[in-house]
Amino acid sequence: MADTPFILQEHQFHRLKTVLERLRVECAARVVFLIDRDGQPIALHGEIGDMDTTSFASLAAGNVAATSSMAKLIGEDTFPSVFHEGERESIFISIIGRALLVVVFDERSTLSLVKIRTKRGSFEVAGILDEATEDSANFRINQNSFFSEITDEDIDSLFS
Amino acid sequence: MTFINYASREINCKIVYYGPGLCGKTTNLQYIYDSTAPQAKGKLISLATETDRTLFFDFMPLELGTVRGFKTRFHLYTVPGQVYYDASRKLILKGVDGVVFVADSQEERMDANIESLYNLEENLSTQGYDLNQIPYVLQLNKRDLPNVSPLDELSHELARKGEPVFEAVAVNGTGVFDTLKAVAKQVLTELRKG
Repeated sequence: MADTPFILQEHQFHRLKTVLERLRVECAARVVFLIDRDGQPIALHGEIGDMDTTSFASLAAGNVAATSSMAKLIGEDTFPSVFHEGERESIFISIIGRALLVVVFDERSTLSLVKIRTKRGSFEVAGILDEATEDSANFRINQNSFFSEITDEDIDSLFS
Repeated sequence: MTFINYASREINCKIVYYGPGLCGKTTNLQYIYDSTAPQAKGKLISLATETDRTLFFDFMPLELGTVRGFKTRFHLYTVPGQVYYDASRKLILKGVDGVVFVADSQEERMDANIESLYNLEENLSTQGYDLNQIPYVLQLNKRDLPNVSPLDELSHELARKGEPVFEAVAVNGTGVFDTLKAVAKQVLTELRKG
């Protein structure tokens, strides 16, 4: 069967948002994303303008998946971070367990600053995600969620 | 892996379209994209070669509606069908919630279908999944062509576990939404089971 669902509770989401908000200031970044390694956006903070954040998340996850596989081919376990330097905007991605912390920054910041700040912030993010993972498992076991109340009619109504 | 966000009241699921090269996986997504209201979909991203063959994946997010106050979002992916892109196919199956196998009904593609189906079972297995346990639909595509294998022959060779089987002509949309609905329904039903 498929994996256990990953359930993010409201208070955990807001704590993650707070970390991202602080990281954005500390990194002098344009935007900071937290993305599931399967490509699902979890949270973000910053200036996104008209950026398609769903596509961005999917491509970031694909990018990390590809570079991690390349790492294995040359005998590395993984590349813990990936950096793309553009003319104006750059992207720094660090892997935090099941998630990716993605910082988009421009000439107002530097790679070394982003690296240092994200390293500190990643511990907090990892802690919240671990807690959410544990809660997800318990939530499933308890079966006290609204999911068990979903009816066939609810599902059919999506396709009517 | 289904991702449920209580803050934004969203359920996000991942569905992967699998199958041999040129079977019509991208055509399925293209039809869904073209037929869906703008507010229900994001961009269709296609990482393709210069000759329009899928190089890494195609991707489109699709919002189906609300279940008990939660928005249901399906992230649809295709894999590259060509045999030599196997490393990419493995990566795309990570975190999958449901699979559609798109078979090419033409007689001369039977071997390619079988090879791709074995490859799916193997790649699912390396990611820790079992085809018999995962939401799964078989689509028999290109039914409009003159040289197609009979339905019972295709089903006999390709059906694995009594999964829903749909005839399709993806290029004109026949069977495309039936296939999507069937797999999406299985994914949501699985979620309900816990």
